[in-house]
Amino acid sequence: MEIMYTIVALAIIIFSILTVTTRKILRSATYLLFTLFAAAIIYFMMDYEFLGGVQIAVYAGGIVVLFVFSILLTTSPGSNSEKLTNRRVWWGILAAVCTAGVTGWALLSRCAEIFATKPAMADYTMQDLGEDMLSTGHGGYLLPFEAISVLLLACIIGAVAVARKR
Amino acid sequence: MEPIIPILILCLPLLGFLVLGLLGPKMSHKAAGWYGVLSIGTVMVLAYITAITYFFSGAPEFILDGTRLQYVVFNQDWLNFYKDLTIRIGFLLDPISALMLVVITTISFCVHLYSLGYMEGEKGFQRYYAFLQLFSFSMLGLVVATNIFQMYIFWELVGASSYLLIGFYYQRPSAVSASKKAFIVTRFADLGFLIGILILSYYTGTFNFTDLTGSVLANGSSVNNLITPGVVASLKFGGASFMGCSLLTWALVLIFMGGMGKSAMLPLHIWLPDAMEGPTPVSALIHAATMVVAGVYLVARLFPLYLMEEAALLFITVVGAITAFYAAVVACTQVDIKRVLAFSTISQIAFMMVSLGVARPEIHEGLGYMASMFHLFTHAMFKALLFLGAGALIHAVHSNDYTAMGGLRKYMPITHITFLIGCLAIAGIPPFSGFFSKDEILSACYENNFIWGAWMSMVAGLTAFYMFRLYYLIFWWDEPDYGHHKPHDAPWPMSLPLIFLALVSCVAGFIPFGEFVTWNGEPYHIHINWVGVAIPSIVIAVLAIALATFMYRKKNPLPDKVAKATGALWTAAHHRFYWDEIYMFITHKIIFNLICKPIAWFDRHIIDGTMDGLAWCAQRLSITIRPLQSGNVQSYVYVYLFGALLLGGVTAAVVLL
Amino acid sequence: MEIKLLYYLVPSLIMFCCGLYGFLTRKNMIAMLISLELMLNAVDINFTVINRYIFPDSKEGMIFTLFAIAIAAAETALAIAIIINLYRVTKKVETDEASQLKG
Repeated sequence: MEIMYTIVALAIIIFSILTVTTRKILRSATYLLFTLFAAAIIYFMMDYEFLGGVQIAVYAGGIVVLFVFSILLTTSPGSNSEKLTNRRVWWGILAAVCTAGVTGWALLSRCAEIFATKPAMADYTMQDLGEDMLSTGHGGYLLPFEAISVLLLACIIGAVAVARKR
Repeated sequence: MEPIIPILILCLPLLGFLVLGLLGPKMSHKAAGWYGVLSIGTVMVLAYITAITYFFSGAPEFILDGTRLQYVVFNQDWLNFYKDLTIRIGFLLDPISALMLVVITTISFCVHLYSLGYMEGEKGFQRYYAFLQLFSFSMLGLVVATNIFQMYIFWELVGASSYLLIGFYYQRPSAVSASKKAFIVTRFADLGFLIGILILSYYTGTFNFTDLTGSVLANGSSVNNLITPGVVASLKFGGASFMGCSLLTWALVLIFMGGMGKSAMLPLHIWLPDAMEGPTPVSALIHAATMVVAGVYLVARLFPLYLMEEAALLFITVVGAITAFYAAVVACTQVDIKRVLAFSTISQIAFMMVSLGVARPEIHEGLGYMASMFHLFTHAMFKALLFLGAGALIHAVHSNDYTAMGGLRKYMPITHITFLIGCLAIAGIPPFSGFFSKDEILSACYENNFIWGAWMSMVAGLTAFYMFRLYYLIFWWDEPDYGHHKPHDAPWPMSLPLIFLALVSCVAGFIPFGEFVTWNGEPYHIHINWVGVAIPSIVIAVLAIALATFMYRKKNPLPDKVAKATGALWTAAHHRFYWDEIYMFITHKIIFNLICKPIAWFDRHIIDGTMDGLAWCAQRLSITIRPLQSGNVQSYVYVYLFGALLLGGVTAAVVLL
Repeated sequence: MEIKLLYYLVPSLIMFCCGLYGFLTRKNMIAMLISLELMLNAVDINFTVINRYIFPDSKEGMIFTLFAIAIAAAETALAIAIIINLYRVTKKVETDEASQLKG
């Protein structure tokens, strides 16, 4: 388990950094794919198998493919994005470090919770999830479920309307 | 009495105004004109029915033990602000309003009919009739007002519609400035009226005429014993006074100021001569019979209140006397025949004012009030006749000046006869109507004080002189070259009103007027004081006419000699004693320079400057901060991130520390 | 060695900061979108991990993540549609170039 964790954590850190530093956009998308896989593994480690599955199916299978297609449509293969100016990079790094600092400080202010160990969890089956999604009582998510479905419909229509050839 | 007829009297002219105003352009001239005539004719019939019902039916709500009462036909809440401030619209019937209904509708009908001929083919014919209807409506609403505020509303409507009518020929700059002048001067006077209304109603707590004066009229008791409720209302004034005069005096004088504006009393008379720029029938309607007597009517309406303040009545008398003399003198020297008539009107209205001013119940049972109303009635008839006759003359020779006329008696016999009757009536020759009413006025003046009587007799003599001067200069004198188109009598729509009004002027004097209209509703039996008043005034009038005959019957150099001999006086009178110039001096030189220009400067530089400065600051500021809204998402994110980090940091600090 | 909550949070924090850095520095809109996905995923991880460690009996974090994934998918699809449309007009995918919409 520890070994698994180490690999995943390292993969997340390394591939995240690579995603935002590589100058070839197609590679950037590929590194993102690895990062997303690592995140899916974390979900599996948290015993949320369904969530991990969704992560792989939607993100890795759907969104990244979308990215790759759009990249291929909009850039000529092999071309690099232009080199970034130093000023821009340093400002970006400063902002990222500041964010890390503030957030880290906020994390450290919760000493008790952040050193918690993983407790046991009752088995959460697909059936439970499905019932939760469609129930209206406490712990039920019918309303957000429906809202999301409407939102997705709107997105489909919007995407079609925007991307349609005139 | 059923309210349907009074409502129709008010609504038909309004409807006529709306119909002619909105649909007029789609109508033919003939249709529009006849519609107007029929509308006002119906109103006239209804008004006659109303007046006859009021005077002759003898119903207990109109007359009680021989005393005529005020009767409110209806009184509808109109503007309900709160309990103590409710403005009503209603219909009040009493002797003077019934009289005015008859006068207004008769004259208005004559003018409507006359205009069919006079205005034939004019551009804006339908508009003209719409305005006439509006004017009739406003005037009728004014005279039947149940409360002083309704009167004020219609008073202003009359002002507005007279503005429209005077400025009918709006392409003519002189007509435009005349209409503006009329409106501004009367409006200025109405300011005093409004202040007077406010003072009066503040202290008495009512707008209603019946509350202010009605009880005096209803039980007919004398004012002097100070016990009637209408008088008690005024006692609420207490001892309040301002600048040495009681507040009631102030209120009444200020209200009279409104009347001075509308009735063209000195020094607010300057608009009336200029208002002759309007079409001549309009002059007959507005400036002879209706609008200018509104001031007289106002004083008559509030007469019981005026009776309580002798000072206010004295003020009215003095103003009226001076105005009467002034206007008569000026009328002797004018060239424009309509202006002569205008000044004659001012003079005659002043007669009525003086008559009201000298009326006292303890002297001759308030004869002056009756005489004033009587003169109002007869004057409306013969002055409308004179104006309409002048219109016919102007129509025939296409000029307003008597220099373009002369010897017209041969060409226009009908106009000649009717005009002569009008002149005889106004000069006070029996048996024409003017004699009787003027005689009553002079009697009232002599009863009050010999000075007033003598003064007004002199003015009456002047009246006879200038009217016959005008008559001879138009119909006799020397005949100018009329060219091929000889003047001829007007078509029947114009002649008919002339004949009708001439007949009325002949017989109206025999109406036993005192039986109908008196200040307290009790009948007054007219008896002519032949020896003391009537014979001397007839002699004066005849002498004045003789003098006019001598001077103007045939072309001769005498008038020029007289003008030269009197020199400065004649010139001054010809220039109307420079009132207009005085006004111009006061407004242009003094008010404009000392008040308006500093205010304009203040407005332009201080007030506008402040606003401009604010706008300038806002503009600079917006130009400065505009680059912030660059449209660059990443710069937005920086700003957002900075805020979020700050917030997070602060929160964490609060939790940690 | 027991795996503590913090051990998951630190990589996710780094991931988030990387996303932020990328979003702030990149000019290519698709690259910016990729950085956005990184940030979103970091937040998702936080949701699930904290849910699992501190409130194992309730499912809010996990289900919220589920919804977030769905919305992210929709949002990405729409954003890419817009970007492609823009590319059709301007032949560019850089943010600096896309200024026509400012009007």
